Amino acid sequence: MTAPREALRRANASLTAKLGLMTLGSFAFGFALVPLYDVLCAVTGFGDQKALARAAEVAPQVADESRTVTVEFVAELPNVGSWEFRPVLTSMQVHPGKLYETEFVAKNLTGHDTIAQAVPSIAPGNVAGYFHKTECFCFTPQKFLKDEERVLPVRFIVDRALPKHLDRITLAYTFYDQSIRVGQR
Amino acid sequence: MATHAHAAAHDDHDHKPHGWRRWVFSTNHKDIGTMYLVFACTMFFVGGSMALVIRAELFQPGLQFVDPQFFNSMTAMHALVMIFGAIMPAWVGLANWLIPMQIGAPDMALPRLNNLSFWILPFAFVILLGTLFVPGGAPAGGWTMYPPLALQSGDSFPMMIFAVHLMGISSVLGAINVVVTVMNMRAPGMNLLKMPLFVWTWLITAYLLVAVMPVLAGAVTMLLTDHFFGTSFFAASGGGDPVMFQHIFWFFGHPEVYIMILPAFGVVSEIIPTFSRKPLFGYESMVYATAAIGFLSFIVWAHHMFTVGMPLAGQLFFMLATMLISVPTGVKVFNWCATMTKGSLSFEPPMLFALAFLFLFTIGGFSGLMLAIVPADFQYQDTYFVVAHFHYVLVPGSLFAIIGAVYYWLPKWVGRMYDQKLATWHFWLSAIFVNVLFFPQHFLGLAGMPRRIPDYATQFADWNMVSSIGAFGFGFSQLLLPYIILKCVRSGAKASDRVWDGAHGLEWELPSPAPFHSWETPPSAAVIARGAEH
Repeated sequence: MTAPREALRRANASLTAKLGLMTLGSFAFGFALVPLYDVLCAVTGFGDQKALARAAEVAPQVADESRTVTVEFVAELPNVGSWEFRPVLTSMQVHPGKLYETEFVAKNLTGHDTIAQAVPSIAPGNVAGYFHKTECFCFTPQKFLKDEERVLPVRFIVDRALPKHLDRITLAYTFYDQSIRVGQR
Repeated sequence: MATHAHAAAHDDHDHKPHGWRRWVFSTNHKDIGTMYLVFACTMFFVGGSMALVIRAELFQPGLQFVDPQFFNSMTAMHALVMIFGAIMPAWVGLANWLIPMQIGAPDMALPRLNNLSFWILPFAFVILLGTLFVPGGAPAGGWTMYPPLALQSGDSFPMMIFAVHLMGISSVLGAINVVVTVMNMRAPGMNLLKMPLFVWTWLITAYLLVAVMPVLAGAVTMLLTDHFFGTSFFAASGGGDPVMFQHIFWFFGHPEVYIMILPAFGVVSEIIPTFSRKPLFGYESMVYATAAIGFLSFIVWAHHMFTVGMPLAGQLFFMLATMLISVPTGVKVFNWCATMTKGSLSFEPPMLFALAFLFLFTIGGFSGLMLAIVPADFQYQDTYFVVAHFHYVLVPGSLFAIIGAVYYWLPKWVGRMYDQKLATWHFWLSAIFVNVLFFPQHFLGLAGMPRRIPDYATQFADWNMVSSIGAFGFGFSQLLLPYIILKCVRSGAKASDRVWDGAHGLEWELPSPAPFHSWETPPSAAVIARGAEH
């Protein structure tokens, strides 16, 4: 009686251990979905939106004077009242291949010193790969003193390879107060 | 003799322990199954009361009874309680009661783990229901816990996350136990393709649970660290993406839908042959269809979120993959119909619930197909059409199968027959009111009524009133279920061992009531052959 019982006990223990490993594997897979998600977004045609938050290194291009693209600027705040945030110009006519600069204005109304982070987004989504920013206030968190108002520059080039049917791009920034992170930086 | 000494050493096991110790320290699959079912029934009435608060508020336009915040808490809590507290524990309870008896095993493979996985649940639900009493109220951002809204729910947030963690641990432990039991504990001669379909569907369900519950645990852990430890998985300000939560959540969420319905397919596949007095049509195709549904459930999740923005190729893929699920599901529905064809049908309560399942689940399946169509989904998204769809697959789907299973196996469990006339009343009241309750919600959704709102435009008033009447009728009809069960336990007539003349399977070879310890000597090959006539 005891030999088969012992064999069963061992078989149970080994299968339980395997299923336990499978459970851990699934847990890890949940976290693996995070980088996988970025990769999928980059390859499925949506363009890598996260590239917008990094300085682009582009080879100098010859401006394509024959083509004009409208770039619109949108400034958003996640909640009302603690910040003022707006673009200086709401739109610009640009030639692909040429470097442009524009500005946004932000004012800290939170009543204390704080840090803010602008998060860019672009529409239509698949333009992300053709919109290069050489300088942007969104690359790093911005320190603001109490009641400070500051002009925030952004420099960009629209790539000459921008698909021909596109003539209007919207660049939007959402301006997040990061005061909970002040202590951590 | 060695065998005698052995028998003496285990003598105390043959007597039931008494008092509270019997339940708290239980390692007996039947007692643990009973506890699961009682727990599920309790939570069913808790979640049902929340649904009645919702329907009372929606009886007429305007705000009558509760404030909008509490209303939103009710929608979120109703879902969490019903999914994790009622439907899933009910299936685990049925698995505990039935799987060992059906495969000729003396108990579950891991009895102590079994005790643990049950006793985690009451603690999880004390925490979850405790959120009703904390500052800021219970979670009100929906059971899907989408950030950033879920992160803004005050003190209830960490409690909800820990409750979800506990429920996840409980169901993964239960699932591991089922897999080990089915793989290792089958009686000699009970090979995989002789197993009853309830065991098959539960085996596949258990694998789904092991694969996806930890993913949910990961997702809510990320919410927790985003809220308390400054990570930015989903916080846009730190470079995260709230839409990513929806992808991870539904990677769990869609298989979860099948976790709740696959065992129902198993139950119906056992009830219909019994009351048709014919073997199940297409046993093997049923097994393969279940496996196919299990596989497809992993590659359709994004159909829950077509409107968040997705490349065209993604929309097409998820639309077509979703529609593909109707093929194995269709195989099942046609097999059940073929089983009944030229059968000698009778309409005892379990059969009535199985037939209502077949008919009404199929309606839910069809509205699911409508929702799978991307351009149509853009209109249906977040309307009452979605609410009607998933309630049709969950209430007359999963719930009716659970009630059917209880009416089918209850005489075997307690050794007494219940009042079949009263159970037939329970059936007709449920079947009529469930349609009064949910069918009008299709119309409301198509007319554009959004879900999760406490107030609505006046053009929706009539059908909301009808739906609310159905809700109260359905809710109060369910009180018959515990009454019928209690009456059966106390004073039912003695049930025979086979109970139903057309029943096949090892559990019917045992005496009624099933003894505390069953199949301590595995069934003989002849008994297995007689039982496995499907």
